[in-house]
Amino acid sequence: MMLPSADALAALVPDGALLAMPPDNSLPSVAIAKALIRRGARNLRLLGVPVSGFATDILIGAGCVAELETSAVSLGEAGFAPRFSAALREGRLILRDATCPAIHSMLQASEKGIPFMALRGIIGSDILANRPDWKVVPNPFAEDGEDPIVLLPARQPDFAIFHAAMADSEGNVWLGRRRECATIAHASKAALVTVERFVEGNFLENEKLAPGAISSTYITATAIAERGAHPVALLDEYGFDAAYVADYARAAKTEEGFRAWLDREVFGAAQKVAAE
Amino acid sequence: MSASDHQGRAAMHPAIAPEERLIATLARLIMDPSAPPARHIAVGAASPMPAAACWLVKLMGHPVKLSLLHKRSGNPFTEGTRELFDLTGQGRIDLFFLGGGQIDGQANLNLVGTGEWPGMGVRFPGSFGSAFMYFMTPRTILFREEHSPRVLVEKVDNISAPGVSAPGVFRRGTAQALVTGKCVFRFHPDRARFSLESLHPGETVDSVREATGFPFDVEGEVPATPDPSEAELALLRGTVCDEMVETYPEFCARIWGRRAEAA
Repeated sequence: MMLPSADALAALVPDGALLAMPPDNSLPSVAIAKALIRRGARNLRLLGVPVSGFATDILIGAGCVAELETSAVSLGEAGFAPRFSAALREGRLILRDATCPAIHSMLQASEKGIPFMALRGIIGSDILANRPDWKVVPNPFAEDGEDPIVLLPARQPDFAIFHAAMADSEGNVWLGRRRECATIAHASKAALVTVERFVEGNFLENEKLAPGAISSTYITATAIAERGAHPVALLDEYGFDAAYVADYARAAKTEEGFRAWLDREVFGAAQKVAAE
Repeated sequence: MSASDHQGRAAMHPAIAPEERLIATLARLIMDPSAPPARHIAVGAASPMPAAACWLVKLMGHPVKLSLLHKRSGNPFTEGTRELFDLTGQGRIDLFFLGGGQIDGQANLNLVGTGEWPGMGVRFPGSFGSAFMYFMTPRTILFREEHSPRVLVEKVDNISAPGVSAPGVFRRGTAQALVTGKCVFRFHPDRARFSLESLHPGETVDSVREATGFPFDVEGEVPATPDPSEAELALLRGTVCDEMVETYPEFCARIWGRRAEAA
């Protein structure tokens, strides 16, 4: 289903939903994040796959987020994520720290429809000590010794949210090798995807495009949002806008600065035009 | 290295930058014959010096496969970021680099934050893949340029990845060494302690002790960290910089005065 705008996609997301989002090196839909802020979403639960960046920080700052599960939150070269740090300090955010492969594994369990996955490592860390939902069991196949191993429960997000280069006539999307987006689409109950453009045809009938496509089986709705990943890079199509993120990081150091940034960049006239 | 070599370099080159010495030091640790072989190295976090050290090793002609996770073009993986962890889980990544907001004397890493969990003092970004990678690579080189009592602590506030594991816990390797802006420490997993391996120019055992929050071993006379060789410097300032400039433009501009070509 092709909808008219990122705002129409955001309207499908109820308050309290669990949203899986890729980080700044892997096609987040900043367009949907901004639309969720415009729609005044509340109590969202975010899952960083496997870490979180710019889109997560603006959603937290705008008061849309109650809980965050992730392996790190960062603006990369622009430093720590300021609104995330403030919300954590002020007790406005429930944070569940994970470690990157644990998040991939929990989603893969959902992809397969099995209750858990096993993962090496983690034992002896305070991440495990603070995750009562993760269990350590003896490897049942071990031949000598106990061989403790961590079990991670399947995690099924309500929505996968990301940006792709293009959508086709069949509702398939194409984003190349950023396959963590495929994993979250496969694992989630629904997937909302912004794209740069619409292309006639069927990516799955093209041997060169099919490996970088995600089948419409998993895609609930798409909308065109040109430069929908900005300020994040989109594959080889446009680069990371470091100046924009650095400007954001400076502005968002304070609540007032962040509010002014939101007014300009999310609620401002330019955004309204783009959303129409 | 002879005195005449030294004078030759001084005449031909501007002074060795501390970063160049650190890069050459990391490269020597990568090639350490007493460590497990480094056939496939992954470089993750934002610090450009480990990446430069890997390029130096490769461009010196050693057959090593590099997977540079932050490189925009030429990403080594086709199955998404989980492929790094799957490869590492199988034991097919030989060496990884980690740092930490805090690192303690048992090589425990804290990338989460200070104070009460989950970092109610100063929150750091988070553990990334460290709680897995530290166990599953045969060796890890720890790198943290800031060498101060707030970073190198007696005991980390929170453990995002433990330095050693109890017997029976599956673990392929531990820290090999910790390289800082003042010195190189070697890690000894059998006794879960660091020893001082070499001192960068201007440092003494006492100055390092003063800046270090954890106790460490000192065995005999501690040598100076060697300077990069003539050949290493030429590579660093030439082809290593060429490889780095797209991904780390600010670093290359600052250290080598190089600007990226306009895209």
